[in-house]
Amino acid sequence: MFQYLIRRLLISIPILLIGSFLVFILVASAGDPLAGLRTKPGITAQQIQSLSAQLGLDHSILVRYWDWLTGFVRGDWGNSIALGEAQAPVFDTVSNALWVTMRLVIGAELIALVLGIAVGVFSAVRQYSIFDYLMTSVAFLMFSMPIACVAVVVKNYGIQFNELLLSLHLNRWLTTAGPPANGFGHNLGQVIVNYSGTFLLPTISLMTISFAAYSRFQRASMLETLNADYVRTARAKGLSQSRVIFRHAMRNALIPVSTLFALNIGAIIGGAIITERVFGWNGMGTVLVKAVSNYDPPTLMGWFAVTATIVVVFNLISDLLYGLLDPRIRLA
Amino acid sequence: MPDATKTAAADGTAAAARHEFDAKARSQTSIILGRFVHHRLAMVSLAVLLLLAISSFVVPLFLKYNYADTTAGGYLKPGGGHILGTDQLGRDALAQLLRGTQFSLAIAFTVAISSTIVGVLIGAVAGYLKGIIDSSLMRLVDLFLIVPQIALTALLVHAFAPSWYVVAAVLALFNWMQIARITRGEALSLSAREFVEASRASGGGTWHIVFKHLIPNMIGTITVNATLSVSTAVLTEAALSFIGLGVQLPDTSLGLIVQDNYTQVLLRPWLFWGPFLAIVLISMTISFIGDGLRDAFDPRQTKVRA
Repeated sequence: MFQYLIRRLLISIPILLIGSFLVFILVASAGDPLAGLRTKPGITAQQIQSLSAQLGLDHSILVRYWDWLTGFVRGDWGNSIALGEAQAPVFDTVSNALWVTMRLVIGAELIALVLGIAVGVFSAVRQYSIFDYLMTSVAFLMFSMPIACVAVVVKNYGIQFNELLLSLHLNRWLTTAGPPANGFGHNLGQVIVNYSGTFLLPTISLMTISFAAYSRFQRASMLETLNADYVRTARAKGLSQSRVIFRHAMRNALIPVSTLFALNIGAIIGGAIITERVFGWNGMGTVLVKAVSNYDPPTLMGWFAVTATIVVVFNLISDLLYGLLDPRIRLA
Repeated sequence: MPDATKTAAADGTAAAARHEFDAKARSQTSIILGRFVHHRLAMVSLAVLLLLAISSFVVPLFLKYNYADTTAGGYLKPGGGHILGTDQLGRDALAQLLRGTQFSLAIAFTVAISSTIVGVLIGAVAGYLKGIIDSSLMRLVDLFLIVPQIALTALLVHAFAPSWYVVAAVLALFNWMQIARITRGEALSLSAREFVEASRASGGGTWHIVFKHLIPNMIGTITVNATLSVSTAVLTEAALSFIGLGVQLPDTSLGLIVQDNYTQVLLRPWLFWGPFLAIVLISMTISFIGDGLRDAFDPRQTKVRA
């Protein structure tokens, strides 16, 4: 197991290196970082030249990549060069954004996982019941909806709900424009109200697609274990229905879903862009959209390096989880 | 005499056997097609999708207003020539919606077809040749899988022109890995079978085996996955255009129309729900068609649906 872990870590290093090099070339060739400056009046050619020397743009791409890589490893990720970003350090920008996104994504994924498992197990136990058909249609519908539209609809119902609260002479509860800037309040009641109000709507819109995937996966694997011989044996021994379902069938059926969960978390950190945009969270998505539309190579590189590393790490976790949960699989 | 009766009887059974054989001798294609035609949900979905596609091309011919006409004034209510009203710039919303459907369908099908071709070729070659070629191609897949698709797509679309075929090409560039993995798995197991060995023994080259033996035997998996990737492409394109990094004017798409109109969801709901419904209809009907195809191609499926 330990050997496997070390070997997998060693394999992922060259993949990350090659990947970051290719992305570096892509990012570098996607535009001219000084384009905005060139068209500005009062900037001489000499100033442009000295700036481009300062940014290292006059070196070859290999040298630039090496500079970026050594800086990145040492924690010096460079400064933003987009106009209006005040040369913000990339490390701070990306790590703040990552923290914002993580808070949002992990909660949403956990709730979606628990709900998905519950619905999946129940649909499998009562296969072809009304509940099963209903949940199958709901999952299909959720798979087919663009997340942007879900987020917009959820947001607008949130606003209407707030107006309803206001008309009843209550305070607004739901927040539709990002987390509060000055904390969640002082006493416990305030914190609970603010916290739930802030997270509820983006969590719902992030949950929909994940929930559909988890419930379908759990249903399929549960159906498989319910028809397995060892479950029949457990029934034949005279165990109670709940013991058969929860102790014997469900525990084995959790294996595929838990690996899917690890894969999903890695993928969704870069994929929560839409939800963040609609609800005004300054997470990874907002950083990416800004960096792409202002063409800001240092920020882009930091963003890609972080998300790619997270994906690799969670892929590894999912493989390890598989080995841990299913003793028949030997990792060697 | 007994001999004659015997032969006659034998003839009879032979004829019966032949007759029985005739009745069963349907080609694989017609069996699969028959199963698919009897899949009710898939057929309804196919009809709805075709209707949507055809009407997105035909209906604009009968509309009073062209998609580009901006003479009417902004945010008119539905009625009076504008069946779905007009958007902020005074363009007919129905004409816009139909044009967006055309572009979204074009993008989705381009992505599905080109990414399937690339993925199948890479997967089949990797699975058949094994060894160093296989492992390097699979590392290439890993490489493409670790970078977030939507981010690199946004960057590339921003760098090139944001027209519909650039968006489609870039989406396809980051969409072939799944099908490559699946076909590699199938090619691995198929290339261990006797008919592949026989073909190789009689001098069949790599391309001959890949195109004549491996790919025809994987056609079920390929078709199902290609179908499902159409609906993924519709949704990804909508997401990309929604954050403003996808298709731009003069081209358009359903995602772009949603982005234009989502602020009007409470005041003028018809502007938002039209494109929303179109996206859901496209991706849902395609999922159901894929489901029907999966059932039809599944050789374990012997039950005929009435």
